[in-house]
Amino acid sequence: MCKDHTKQADASRRDFLETLTATVAGGGIIAACVPFVDSMEPSADVLEKATVEVDISKIALGQEKTIAWQGKPVFVVHRTPEVITEMEASRGGKDPESDKKRVQHPEWLVVVGICTHLGCVPNKTAQGWFCPCHGSVYDNSGRILSGPAPKNLLLPPYHFVEENKILIGKKS
Amino acid sequence: MSKILDWVDARFPLSNFVKHELTDYPTPRNLSYWWGFGFLAGFVLVIQLVTGIFLAMHYKADSSLAFDSVQHIMREVDYGWLLRYLHSTGASAFFIVIYTHMARTLYYGSYRRPRELLWWTGQLLLLLMMATAFMGYLLPWGQMSYWGATVITNLFSAAPVIGDQIVIWLRGGFSVDDPTLTRFFSLHYLLPFLISAAVIIHLVALHTVRSSNPSGLNLADKDNIPFHPYYTIKDLFGLGIFLLAYFAIVFFKPDLFIDVANNVPANPMQTPADIVPEWYFLPFYAILRSVPNLGGGVVAMAVSVVIFAAMPYLDRSRITGGARYRPIYRVLFYFFMIDILVLGYVGAHPPADLMKLMGEIATGIYFLTFLLLPFVSRWEEKILLKGGRLPAAVVEMANKEIEAQHG
Repeated sequence: MCKDHTKQADASRRDFLETLTATVAGGGIIAACVPFVDSMEPSADVLEKATVEVDISKIALGQEKTIAWQGKPVFVVHRTPEVITEMEASRGGKDPESDKKRVQHPEWLVVVGICTHLGCVPNKTAQGWFCPCHGSVYDNSGRILSGPAPKNLLLPPYHFVEENKILIGKKS
Repeated sequence: MSKILDWVDARFPLSNFVKHELTDYPTPRNLSYWWGFGFLAGFVLVIQLVTGIFLAMHYKADSSLAFDSVQHIMREVDYGWLLRYLHSTGASAFFIVIYTHMARTLYYGSYRRPRELLWWTGQLLLLLMMATAFMGYLLPWGQMSYWGATVITNLFSAAPVIGDQIVIWLRGGFSVDDPTLTRFFSLHYLLPFLISAAVIIHLVALHTVRSSNPSGLNLADKDNIPFHPYYTIKDLFGLGIFLLAYFAIVFFKPDLFIDVANNVPANPMQTPADIVPEWYFLPFYAILRSVPNLGGGVVAMAVSVVIFAAMPYLDRSRITGGARYRPIYRVLFYFFMIDILVLGYVGAHPPADLMKLMGEIATGIYFLTFLLLPFVSRWEEKILLKGGRLPAAVVEMANKEIEAQHG
């Protein structure tokens, strides 16, 4: 009777030790994966190049300039009054948004030049942009009009440092 | 010599292994040349491994050097042009061989019980191969390399909530750049060895269930012949034909599988006018584009690749030999092949109106074929068993299968 009791206690102790060993080993394996997985994240020098300053005084009315920011193209467009009126009157397509929310100064549109579908760089057209990969069409506010792209062109964080200078990568 | 062999055999079952798995390995006597593509795939794997290892001695996985190092291989390294063209043509040859290997399996129903695991390990090999090919394509760092990698890594942004983080993690930066190139090179070197391991698993499964044959029947012992010399000779003859075609491309049309846009160094600020993946991804790419929403397109594309794994269950007919004895399945098979060709054609062209419509229809047919198969295969089985035109042995085996399932 007494012996049986000891046996059972031994068995449950063994079960406990087994579970504990498995848990610690499992936790250890997961913990050991962390440095490997994390090493694939952008490294410090990549993160370093997070902002870029742009002199916009040289972009003529109606012109677009492509700026490299974090290895991605950013379109800076000097919009004409006609385009501004037209854009302010519409709300885009499947991702409706007012033009006012997309600009800080109506004559300057700053958008990330990467199609929200699969990351190609759309080409400038009179209407706005056309993505050569899968045919998405954007208007002059960078809003999606048609095609497979789900969202409007993203707005990078930026602010006006001076009247003719913007800093892309930081809100203020 | 025999003394040395005896010494080894006492310590390692070398002679036994060769005898059981190669020289005396019983093989159906009625295999056609369609059964030679597994051997060819193994051969191409060796070509890719050897040429790849030697290319890596001259290639530089650095975004500022990669493109030029490929030019260096082409112009200055002795026989570098040959190594590179063997490797770039070998990639396409690999897919031609593997797709033919898969088409044979589908045509003759070789995926059927008891060969499900053999089929699935093959599916795993296909996925590994696709990943390897995709990562290898970034290495020359041309425009198509760059934008192909951009589009495909962006597919992961369709994942809910953490999609964008996954894309940044995969690339090691905010866009495809140097960190992406170096990790793709590392993995492109690693994966072929995983493929080699998976090939061994595939072969162990094969030698457990043995080769299927065009009749699909379980052959009697007297209908099996030793692998050597009968199939070593047959496979070598097939290899001769394959090498004629392969070297014709390597020597006379080596740029056939190299997109002209890839002769321009990668430029993150400018997408080429038409982004086209390598030909072997075109049908899946067309499916991706035919679904009007990104998440749906990615899911459809992924399903279109892995759905083949479900074939042992989708095909509910108990009649052996696949399309050979099943006229309706045969029609479906050819119809499906044409559908894949249409998808490939659509995938290679810009998504204009007519092309878009064709892609949508072909995508619908692609999935509809798999969806209808369970019903069509049962209905066909009923008609064929009633019709009385099947060979007696096929009917007998079908009845046995039906009994086994009910019992």
